[in-house]
Amino acid sequence: MQHDAKSEGRRKFIQSCVGLAGSAGVVGLLLAGYSKQSRALPAWALRPPGALPEAEFNAACVRCGLCVRACPFHMLHLAELGQDITTGTPYFIAREDPCEMCKDIPCAAACPTDALSKELTDIRDAKMGVAVLTGRDTCYAVARGANCRACYLACPIKDEAITMERRVSNGRGYFEPTVHPDKCTGCGKCEHDCVTEEASIKVLPMGLAKHDPLPAR
Amino acid sequence: MNALAEQLNAPIMRGFLARNRWLILRRSAQLGILALFMAGPWFGIWWLKGNLASSTFLDVIGLTDPLVLLQSFLAGHAVALTALVGALTVLAFYAIVGGRVYCSWVCPINIVTDAAFWLRNRLRINASWQPRKSTRWWILTTALAVSVLTGTIAWELVNPITMLQRGLVFGMGLAWVVVAAVFLFDLAVSRRGWCSYICPVGAFYGTIGNLSLVRVSAVKRQACTDCGDCYRVCPEPHVIVPALKPKVLTASPVISSGDCTNCGRCIDVCPDDVFRFGTRFAKLS
Repeated sequence: MQHDAKSEGRRKFIQSCVGLAGSAGVVGLLLAGYSKQSRALPAWALRPPGALPEAEFNAACVRCGLCVRACPFHMLHLAELGQDITTGTPYFIAREDPCEMCKDIPCAAACPTDALSKELTDIRDAKMGVAVLTGRDTCYAVARGANCRACYLACPIKDEAITMERRVSNGRGYFEPTVHPDKCTGCGKCEHDCVTEEASIKVLPMGLAKHDPLPAR
Repeated sequence: MNALAEQLNAPIMRGFLARNRWLILRRSAQLGILALFMAGPWFGIWWLKGNLASSTFLDVIGLTDPLVLLQSFLAGHAVALTALVGALTVLAFYAIVGGRVYCSWVCPINIVTDAAFWLRNRLRINASWQPRKSTRWWILTTALAVSVLTGTIAWELVNPITMLQRGLVFGMGLAWVVVAAVFLFDLAVSRRGWCSYICPVGAFYGTIGNLSLVRVSAVKRQACTDCGDCYRVCPEPHVIVPALKPKVLTASPVISSGDCTNCGRCIDVCPDDVFRFGTRFAKLS
């Protein structure tokens, strides 16, 4: 009899362990799937200067918003639940409010976890993204040969990150805004100042523009 | 400090204030902390910046949630000094005042689940599914494991505490949905379900609570008339039994379980003045 009671207790114990472990496994799988989905940054959002590559950033950022508070231009936001960015992590939208490239990088200085790396000491070395002339068909300078150079004038490191290059096409001369990716910080000033209705030059997040580093698959 | 504690503990006429002293103090603390965070964006008073995950007080004292930092570390990110010092500060604070003081005195979700509990009693909803007590430990373990496996701060993807608090300070988005889900879960599905059975943050702070200094004690347990009021208000009633009704008469009156949230509600409601705040070394009076 006692032996039976013992084995009954043992069976119950094993059953409850299996049950709980199974539930924990389900919760874990859901959580893991969700975390995988929220890994990539959408094309319209950029990380603040010094941000680690996206996969590392998601491990490092505790979503405290101290960078948002440190920004003197109030152009950083924390992602809200329902957006395509990991909830609570910081981003900015170049077309709305680009990065002003403060010399002392207060956002990175405020980061308690170094998700915004303190190894970035010169804001000109920032790689928030890279500008790409996405609208050759709409750009006034390229498509119409107009004397527009709003993006060039907006660039805080003009003549290095953007130059106006003279080109000839079908006997027609024009100046083309030409981005030099090694110098471009991705601040978004060019996209912000572009005069066409939909910006003809856009800053893409590094992971998207350069596949560098390759996102985890 | 002692004088203050004596004064707060002193038996007075059991009017409304006496019956709700600790509850009022607790709500003041919860709302006060929220107000400090929101005074910045609302009124430009930047004493407390950031949110519960990490913050700076008066631009000097850095505070970081140790559980969030632990997940970040497990996800593969080297811990930065600022965050580490902030987390140790927080750990030291809760090691003194009680681990789950976070739950009952700081966490904004506590207000939500207490409201659900109140309404559940008002509506006389008795049906309840109680998960096992160990559930929150499994969820904590799972969240830590998922952090390791996916390289993300896993629980922060769903944590209603930080979603609500960050939402109030920075913008809600759909976070209301998560908060409403917790409220409905506690109201209709499980009595005290979220805070007492599910939430892994409470489980984490409970481990600190196992060692912490400030405790509730049943120092006058001989005066107990078995009315059961303390059990009815306590979010973790099992913690009271060993201190109030021990098997050995001389056993310590200290509520020593880390599950106790030091909310002090038992002190408030006891008509016989059995409970007191004190240290873990308190003796029978």
